[in-house]
Amino acid sequence: MNAGTAPMEYGSKNKIHPKKFALWVACAGITMMFASLTSSYLVRRAAGNWLEFPLPVVFWYSTVVIVASSVALHFAYTSFKNGREQAYRWLLSAAFVLGFAFLALQYQGWVALKEMGVAINTNPSGSFVYVISGIHAAHILGGIGALLVALLHAWSLPYKVTQQRKLRFEMTLTYWHFVDFLWVYLFFFFISQS
Amino acid sequence: MATSTVSNSSMHEEDVLIQELGYDDHFHDHHHGDKFKSNFITTYIFSMDHKMIAKQFLITGMFWAVVGSLMSLVFRLQLGFPEESLLWLKPLLGKWIVVNNGVGSLAPEFYYALVTMHGTILVFFVLTAGLSGTFSNLLIPLQIGARDMASPFLNMLSYWFFFTAGVVMFLSLFLSTGPFSGGWTAYPPLSILPQASTGSGAGMTLWALSLVLFVVSVLLGGVNYITTVLNMRTKGMSLWRMPLTIWAFFITAIIGLLSFPVLVSAFLLVIFDRTFGTSFFLSEIYIGGQALEHVGGSPILFQHLFWFLGHPEVYIIILPAMGLVSEVLSVHSRKPIFGYKAMVFSIIAIAFLSFIVWAHHMFMSGVNPFISNFFVVFTLIIAVPSAVKVFNWISTLYKGNVRFNAASLFAIGFVSMFISGGLTGIFLGNSAIDIQLHDTYFVVAHFHIVMGVAAFFGMFAGIYHWFPKMYSRFMNETMGRIHFWGTMVGAYAIFWPMHYTGMAGVPRRYYAFDTFETFRHFTELNQFITIAAIITFLFQVVFIINFFYSIWKGKKMTTKNPWGASTLEWTTPIHPGHGNWEGNIPAVQRWPYDYGKNGREFIPQIEPLAEGEKDGGH
Ligand code: HEM
Ligand SMILES: [Cu+2]
Repeated sequence: MNAGTAPMEYGSKNKIHPKKFALWVACAGITMMFASLTSSYLVRRAAGNWLEFPLPVVFWYSTVVIVASSVALHFAYTSFKNGREQAYRWLLSAAFVLGFAFLALQYQGWVALKEMGVAINTNPSGSFVYVISGIHAAHILGGIGALLVALLHAWSLPYKVTQQRKLRFEMTLTYWHFVDFLWVYLFFFFISQS
Repeated sequence: MATSTVSNSSMHEEDVLIQELGYDDHFHDHHHGDKFKSNFITTYIFSMDHKMIAKQFLITGMFWAVVGSLMSLVFRLQLGFPEESLLWLKPLLGKWIVVNNGVGSLAPEFYYALVTMHGTILVFFVLTAGLSGTFSNLLIPLQIGARDMASPFLNMLSYWFFFTAGVVMFLSLFLSTGPFSGGWTAYPPLSILPQASTGSGAGMTLWALSLVLFVVSVLLGGVNYITTVLNMRTKGMSLWRMPLTIWAFFITAIIGLLSFPVLVSAFLLVIFDRTFGTSFFLSEIYIGGQALEHVGGSPILFQHLFWFLGHPEVYIIILPAMGLVSEVLSVHSRKPIFGYKAMVFSIIAIAFLSFIVWAHHMFMSGVNPFISNFFVVFTLIIAVPSAVKVFNWISTLYKGNVRFNAASLFAIGFVSMFISGGLTGIFLGNSAIDIQLHDTYFVVAHFHIVMGVAAFFGMFAGIYHWFPKMYSRFMNETMGRIHFWGTMVGAYAIFWPMHYTGMAGVPRRYYAFDTFETFRHFTELNQFITIAAIITFLFQVVFIINFFYSIWKGKKMTTKNPWGASTLEWTTPIHPGHGNWEGNIPAVQRWPYDYGKNGREFIPQIEPLAEGEKDGGH
């Protein structure tokens, strides 16, 4: 933002950039939100009157897709650092497209739920799936926004590894891995419950 | 007086120390300092300077404090003098004053709306944003030796989210159905079913929107505070050399970061129940003989989620006040804080425990009594670190060379309030006693004294003490003392009697007691409380006049360090610009509480340890 707030250069304890650190802190907050949602799920389930249903298969596909997206972004990053210019651009684009595909598949998942007769207001067991995956999708949307910026940079700016661009990329990467991992956790949570 | 304790020559020495031992971060090479001064909008409105943002939080908080307190006076008038006419309020409140045989009284729905708004405003807007927002912003960069927050931009956003949350809440006051009226805790079904009460419709929608915006503000602020404290400390400022203020703000931000997201979950589920017909929190309910569609929800689940935030929230309010009080007490008793490390560990212990006691608010909600026992035990354990802190404050004062001024008086008043209110907490923490006391005026007395009044006292201590750093002028000392004594006596006069009414079983949140023969003899006591509240409010007017008068007309600061304090904020220029220090950033050489050491009144943190001298605090 402005130079006065850059980390101090002396000492070894300031290895991590403050903005990156701030991102980790923010992820901790988001984690608490999903932790509370999934614990609410458990508490509510224990209270009875709980409709059991299998999780639609689409969610398996979306899980694979989001993991693939994370992997693509990871290699986009290593390519970026190591001067593989074209690989960087295309892998980044792939990560972006896969991220989008994930959202589309999640939507399909909600449609499938509805067709199974589990609407959002049928029973809390279903409502939780909609709401938790919906709130998660909102966080993915934020990640897609960040990816979009990265994409614009990749295709419009001349290729150059600067401190600034590296930092931006690393932050996008961290966030994207975080929300992807979050979905994997939620997915296994739902699977283990149904 | 205290203002002349530091000679000019020692100030000069300090500049030399900063220049020679300080750290050059090339801040002034970039000339961006000027950018922030160049126009009105970026200086006063969309400012990114933490000092200006602190003032914005403070003044917005003061605005809300006035609004929220006036609300309480209105409902106190109704409670204390139900027979008197409130017709004179009709021009302001319109249809909410109901006229019967020429006697105007407050509409019961609006009574509930006022109580709800009072609680929400004071807890969130005043004692969270106004207190922690103000002082974390002001003091974190100044006391750890940083130019600004880690992200000044997010910091600015944090303020504007708070501001917007306030605007939304303010608008809700003018809805034809009135603002939300289901209590600051927003329990379902009142917060979910629009038909449940007048305020449950549009009022609740705006309330929820406002609070979501508010949480965004808290989180943006918190992320910044944590990052700044961990990453931006100047050279030599190890964690164990941080003033207790910084420790308190830091831990507070962590608690907020971990608990507010849970509140967001609760609100999101409420919003789904309201708009998409889900039944997270709604069980089978009949309204007007009609069964609702909702089945199987659990209102108790909401209470769990709410209090998982709600209890840490009360510590989010009190910890910053504790930090301010520790600092003010040490500076003005000219003694090191007693038990520095014990203070830090008790802050951490309180923070940790605050996450595992939430169900003490739910003993009467039908939670399993065996589970209650768990919460009773941890609730009572909180008394231990709390008592450690009280002990240390008193020991700090003991045999101190105490300067009794407005700042230190309020700090001492804080300790008194915290003891009184903490003791009643121990009553309430026993689930068996809580059967009688729950939802009575005893609880109202408990939390107003321990949280409301105590946190205000901490805030006042902070304002009187750091006002010179904010405005380069002093507040008027005489008015400050009048303010203190009036508030001290007044606050006890208001809340002490509530313990008795509460023990007798008088329930809180009731509009009238005329149908209870048993409570008849409390009529005069009730009137007394109302009168005390009005008088105490008048003493706050003294404060407000003093505050604004002093901004422009107060006695000017002539030395950098009027209190003779050792912390870094007093090494900045009298009018600190953007970036805080003109040349180098000072480097820190010692802990912050070297008062009365080696025959010197105080030793600034930037002064190197003498040969063979041991650093304090360890
Ligand atoms: C010794 C420590 C404390 C103990 C054992 C304690 C215990 C309790 C208990 C058991 C209740 C629930 C009473 C009921 O509703 O029946 C309660 C209410 C409350 N306490 Fe404390 N407390 C302590 C300190 C504090 C502190 C330090 C604060 C704030 C700074 C605080 C703020 C509150 C508030 C706001 C409520 C009422 C919330 C409401 O129902 O609207 N307490 N306390
Ligand atoms: Cu509590």
